[in-house]
Amino acid sequence: MRKIFSLIILIILALGVYICISEIPFGKPGTAVGNYYIEKGIEETGAVNIVTSIVLNYRGFDTLGEVTILFLASLGLGAILATVQNKTRGVITPPSLILTTACRFLFPFILMFGAYIFLHGHLTPGGGFQGGAIIASGFLLRYLGCPQKRIRQSSFVAIESLGGIAFIIIGLLGFTAGGFFLFNFLPKGVANTLLSAGIIPLIYIAIGLKVGAEMAGIIDTLIEES
Amino acid sequence: MIIIITSLVITMLAGAIAACALRDLLSAAIASCLVSLAAAILFYFLQAPDVAMAEASIGAALVTAILVIAIRRTERQE
Repeated sequence: MRKIFSLIILIILALGVYICISEIPFGKPGTAVGNYYIEKGIEETGAVNIVTSIVLNYRGFDTLGEVTILFLASLGLGAILATVQNKTRGVITPPSLILTTACRFLFPFILMFGAYIFLHGHLTPGGGFQGGAIIASGFLLRYLGCPQKRIRQSSFVAIESLGGIAFIIIGLLGFTAGGFFLFNFLPKGVANTLLSAGIIPLIYIAIGLKVGAEMAGIIDTLIEES
Repeated sequence: MIIIITSLVITMLAGAIAACALRDLLSAAIASCLVSLAAAILFYFLQAPDVAMAEASIGAALVTAILVIAIRRTERQE
């Protein structure tokens, strides 16, 4: 009985999904807004990477929402795991010599690569979220390779808060200068150079530091509690 | 090109089915990592390098690490 019931629900769901998807004209431009971004994006924002110009300029407020969601997720995880009583640091097997040495050599380069990704977010593929995730994976390697060297959680929290505050302050400065939130008030410069695109590199530095500190903090919380 | 995309999609499907079917949770976590990795390569071939980087670093590295840490805290078998 239960199996038949779930089968019927599955068929109804599949029909619903099919009807929704079959209406979408795949491969054809549905709206004109995509072409507008491709034609006017570089000229209006100064960012060569069109994805970045959409994420931080045309849809900058959505990005603030995404960053807030990540912050809330990290906050919730910390709040749940803070109630756990037995805080025993369980590193059962010590890392091997190869892992420790590789971690010591690779860690600064991974951090540099992450910083490169978010500094060049307006020129090459990538940006604050990707660079921050790479930085966090560097910290993950460090926790696996050198577990005795701890980084204080408060420094993660400080960088995270500074990044979030910097994003909002840049947005409010645009509000005072141009009349709306996240207005690109700095000069756009010559396209395809590092110092171009106005506030976009500044916001990506803030997001990169914030996301990196947040995800490294999440991993730190989880490893500490386990 | 179509061969690469087809083989990547087949890899993703196989990884997804393995992640659902495997009783050993550590193997299931690795199988879901395989899905993310194949998705990242697929995004690259579909000319979306921004999404590919996010998928590779978050989906394949960090999520798998968090799952493995969670499995170490709980039980390995389903």
